[in-house]
Amino acid sequence: MTMLGDRQQLSYIASQAADARLNLELETEGMTLNIGPQHPATHGTLRIIARLDGEQVVWAEPACGYMHRGYEKLTEVRTYPQVTTLVNRIDWLGSFANEVPFILAAEKLMGVEAPTRAQYIRTILFELSRIANVSLFLGDLGVQLGAITPVFLAFRDREYVLNLIESATGGRFHPNFDRIGGLKDDLPAGWIDETRAVMKKLRGFCDQIEDLLFGNEIFQSRTRGIGVIPRDVALQYGLSGANLRASGVDWDLRRDHQLPMAWNKADWKVWTHPDGDSFARCWIRLQETRESTKIVDQLLGSIPAGPVMAKVPKIIKVPEGEAWVSTENPLGEMGYYVVSRGDLGPFRVKIRSASFNNISITPWLLRGVYVPDIVTILASLYFILGDIDR
Amino acid sequence: MSTTSNTQPRITSVAEVKAALGDRLVDSFHKEDLWLRVRTDAWKSSMQTLRDAVGFHYFCFLSAIDWMPSPYGRGEDDPTEPAPERDTTIRQGYAGGETRMQVFARVTNPVTHVSVVVKVDVPDDSLTIESIHDVYAGANWHERETHEMFGIKFDGHPDLRNMYLPIDFEGFPLRKDFPLLARMVKPWPGIVDVEPLPGGEIGEGEES
Amino acid sequence: MTVILAEIPYWGQSLLRVLGGLVAVLLPAGTIVYVFLFKMMSFMQSRLGPMEAGPYGSMQLFAEVGKWLQKEDIVPDRADARIFKMAPIIVLVSTFLLVAVVPFGPDAWFTDFETGIFYALAVSSISVLGILIAGWSSANKYSLLGGLRAAGQLIAYELPMVLAVIGVVIQAGTMNLQKIVVAQNSGSMFGIDAVGHPYVISQFIGFIIFMIAIQAELTQAPFDMPIAESELVSGYMTEYSGFRFLIFFIGEFATAGVFAMIASVLFLGGWGVPFAWFGWTSIDDIDNWMNFAGPLIMFTKMMLLVFIIMWIRFSYPRLREDQLQRFAWKGLIPVALGNIAVTSILKVVF
Repeated sequence: MTMLGDRQQLSYIASQAADARLNLELETEGMTLNIGPQHPATHGTLRIIARLDGEQVVWAEPACGYMHRGYEKLTEVRTYPQVTTLVNRIDWLGSFANEVPFILAAEKLMGVEAPTRAQYIRTILFELSRIANVSLFLGDLGVQLGAITPVFLAFRDREYVLNLIESATGGRFHPNFDRIGGLKDDLPAGWIDETRAVMKKLRGFCDQIEDLLFGNEIFQSRTRGIGVIPRDVALQYGLSGANLRASGVDWDLRRDHQLPMAWNKADWKVWTHPDGDSFARCWIRLQETRESTKIVDQLLGSIPAGPVMAKVPKIIKVPEGEAWVSTENPLGEMGYYVVSRGDLGPFRVKIRSASFNNISITPWLLRGVYVPDIVTILASLYFILGDIDR
Repeated sequence: MSTTSNTQPRITSVAEVKAALGDRLVDSFHKEDLWLRVRTDAWKSSMQTLRDAVGFHYFCFLSAIDWMPSPYGRGEDDPTEPAPERDTTIRQGYAGGETRMQVFARVTNPVTHVSVVVKVDVPDDSLTIESIHDVYAGANWHERETHEMFGIKFDGHPDLRNMYLPIDFEGFPLRKDFPLLARMVKPWPGIVDVEPLPGGEIGEGEES
Repeated sequence: MTVILAEIPYWGQSLLRVLGGLVAVLLPAGTIVYVFLFKMMSFMQSRLGPMEAGPYGSMQLFAEVGKWLQKEDIVPDRADARIFKMAPIIVLVSTFLLVAVVPFGPDAWFTDFETGIFYALAVSSISVLGILIAGWSSANKYSLLGGLRAAGQLIAYELPMVLAVIGVVIQAGTMNLQKIVVAQNSGSMFGIDAVGHPYVISQFIGFIIFMIAIQAELTQAPFDMPIAESELVSGYMTEYSGFRFLIFFIGEFATAGVFAMIASVLFLGGWGVPFAWFGWTSIDDIDNWMNFAGPLIMFTKMMLLVFIIMWIRFSYPRLREDQLQRFAWKGLIPVALGNIAVTSILKVVF
């Protein structure tokens, strides 16, 4: 072995060190990206912690709880009629739809049933809140994917629906209109004709969105094949609503549950899609909005006369028992497991909200996708923060 | 229309479900819906059977109930006065039970649309049951939530981190003996509200 | 050539040119922002847009500038402050450098460069540098991702842009922008010289590629991944506020204007009208009024092209980064190369 001079040795060490440094530099480190809690893609305060390699997600985990309001605890100290005020705020875009399953559960425990007219009006308002909710989704979808125009169209046409809800219930966002045994009030005069006109506008809006967004090649290339959820995975995670139907499961609680509502009085179709990707989920929602307008139109035509309130005692005490009622809400299956002890208020209410299950699949779903696809997938899963955290 | 019009498939499935579970089933209750209670040590295997043999593939939710009535009542006490004594006798609901805490889950067959609520007793001393997250992947988050809210541990769960509460939060908010502090410091006047119903005399004069 | 500037001393000419440069950059930028960003976008989205400041909100831009100038100039704690402050200036400077070679009339030019288009393409890439250092120095992960995306994208689309221009250069036989204008307006197609020979007709493929490339260079939707409000929260601009954001904002629309000017010079005949209309044969015959009409003609053509850019911006969703790269390398570049080959063969044949 040749002896190295000091100088040579130093330069040798230096060159080795440089090599080592180069290797260290080339072996790129990952980066942890915090998406949220304040981020436009999370429409609310969801935080997604994503470990990135370049732009690829290695691992992602949603962190929720920024909006937890403890409704399950609060219901235990409220009376039954007071609970609707709370549950209104779970999915704040489709508030009326949140009240219905709770009221139905309480009615089921009491053995009361709302009069037919009230059932019709409930169904109509339920579908209107679905339209208000999903039309905003359709617009927001564009924004998430970079097209700014659809959201303005969505806000424009959603306004008509909100006006209808307001004129019928008095509240645009939080109607709090449902009562155990019926509804607070009857429909205002002229409301039915107005609603028909609005439904026509909404169908026009759906056509517009279909042309503007769904027919666009860029939109299709951004959503097709992105975030594919196979049928059995969707079932295992308890996905519901359009997310489940987009994975090819033909299941709609409006059709498949026998509830005292008027859905089975109308002729409409449950859409499914075999692909299970983001495009399928968005497409299903678009079709559902159309079906909703049809349901509303048909029910408006056949709405019976009569009272909107059944005979219920002034002070509502619900007999002892347990009941579970879930309905097909705009976001998916929303249900209440109500345990009663014959008291003024519920003993325990388990709120099963759709978004909680829908978003719990994200750690599985986001692995290996690119950063822009996180946004696509989150947008297509469609969650509302109040619905995750409750 | 009532919820009973769907009884036909439910009745056939009751027998089927009971047969599939065999002696793991402790108790059951059938009234429009089906409630089952399974043995604590057979919790996971029962869920496995329900999924694979009976076809309950759809996971709806999992949560827990604390059957002890709250010692704080409904929060309508005057905080300045000493708290009244309340009966906190534990009384379980449908399908019975022996422990204060019960975990219950609801699963559905997506083809026949039949659902069951499965309950299981959680031993009072250890407060631990098996995790079913590898039977139903969706149970992962529900178990985390239940752990956080009730302090029930799930054996075999990969990470039972808090979802909602801060990491250093003490107590389990949904347990009945956890006080709702907002109500403790200031009594709430709205505990009984009587709203005049539309139509005037409807509902008037009836006892509850 | 009628030299109207001959009587003015050299320093006066220089001053005029600097002022002219400012006007040529800022006036189109302001017009684009008001006409397209404020009003056209609003009408397309069925809303009114700004209506309060001035008639039909025409003073809105001044209000906005006033607002931005008042805002605090925030530099993040961890940011590389000097570079962070420099970045917007670099972006804007590249726009000013770019406008230097654009001819606005027979004598209304800033510099008469023999290799004008070469220079233009070269200096247009300086803005990449500004964006990249803005993304890097912000000390923000979103900005970094945005900056890196921008760098990747701008480099990828520089190439089809250059290749699209080569077709024009082959046809005109010159790289001087002034001469390219003259060649288009004095030429004829199949012996008919009524519209001259704007290269948008013979170089239609080149024109389309060039327009797509400048859409990407300007980071307008569907190529706005570096900004991407919904995923990267405005990318490299996230940390900028106050007048530094204003500079980025002006730079974005000024560059749109200048790129549209270059496109109109290359493909639409620039400041000129077909010389046959007035019986001119070469640049020396042109009447003096063309020095005043030229900028207006140029402005009209620029607005037309910016309208197309903005129209696409307002109606398209965003591509993904890998789709964008694939589109550039597998789509645009091969087509542009084919275009060059066909152009040069035809040039030799005819």
